[in-house]
Amino acid sequence: MAFTNEQLERYSRHIILQEVGAGGQKRLMDASVLIIGAGGLGAPAALYLAAAGVGRIGIADADAVDLSNLQRQVIHATADVGKPKVQSASESMLAINPEITVETHRMYVSASNILDLIAGYDFVIDGTDNFPAKFLINDACVLSGKAFSHAGIIRFQGQLMTYVPGEGPCYRCVFRDPPPPDAVPTCSQAGVIGAMGGVIGSLQAMEAVKYFIGQGELLTGALLTFNALTMEFRKVRLPRRADCQVCGAHPTILEPVDYALAACDLDGGG
Amino acid sequence: MVDFQVDETVDITDVVCPITFVKAKVALEELDDGQVLLIHLNDGEPVQNVPRSIKEEGHQILKLTGNEDGTYDLVVRKAGG
Repeated sequence: MAFTNEQLERYSRHIILQEVGAGGQKRLMDASVLIIGAGGLGAPAALYLAAAGVGRIGIADADAVDLSNLQRQVIHATADVGKPKVQSASESMLAINPEITVETHRMYVSASNILDLIAGYDFVIDGTDNFPAKFLINDACVLSGKAFSHAGIIRFQGQLMTYVPGEGPCYRCVFRDPPPPDAVPTCSQAGVIGAMGGVIGSLQAMEAVKYFIGQGELLTGALLTFNALTMEFRKVRLPRRADCQVCGAHPTILEPVDYALAACDLDGGG
Repeated sequence: MVDFQVDETVDITDVVCPITFVKAKVALEELDDGQVLLIHLNDGEPVQNVPRSIKEEGHQILKLTGNEDGTYDLVVRKAGG
């Protein structure tokens, strides 16, 4: 496929990079990414991946835009309040880059539908706001042999890591099991600085881009944490866990599992 | 005098800097190492900048000829051959 002059101009700052070039840009245009959660993390990730020309982007979220989302979920505008998040997100992404395809999945992602959902994509971005969803996404990606980016944000802190099959620990190697419901506050109860979603969600987009262009090192085998109050990033090296319930030598989790949500999260937050 | 045979031609007179270089770079990427590209470019900024940028990427400039109509033909051998 040859680039049109308009594509050369749109993607010139990518193509001009030795590490991307025409080949890397074409790989991005042939790539597909599923973003689960059109919230604080998913918003910047979706916008940057759309702008980068990732050819097909799926976005899954059951919620509608709420006024309390707008402090951080920069893909939605005030006029979008009440609209399905996936629709609002899709409109923003296509406004930036009408060349891409956006697939909207207005649904609660659960053990019963996640395998079918992720099967159609090359890379998954976890932009969810609760532990049951994070473990569900991890298990489904491990079981499907799918690369994904984990991230979480709360208050002034954020973290992310990348899972690539066979190249390091999964989320469950590190965190084993979800905490008991209500043991850890989510950002709807604890608060979060809006720009934290911008920092960490953008890093997730960065990992997806690097995964496709095959350049540099991914956060496989390492958890990157960011504290905005001290402005410290820490990269913590983490090994695989041989007895991991899902990616270990003798897995006990052979299909995705739904864990109970904390009662106060049932109306969503993100 | 360098002997060469042009394998591919690209016209970058229909775009402006910095897309001129981007278009030439993409055309070079699509060649095999050692193949020769003829780049048709405009006088002014393109002829001042494009040959230099191509050289910086490690390719070999074989020839630059001025045409009578304010355009140039730049012949480049792709690095690595």
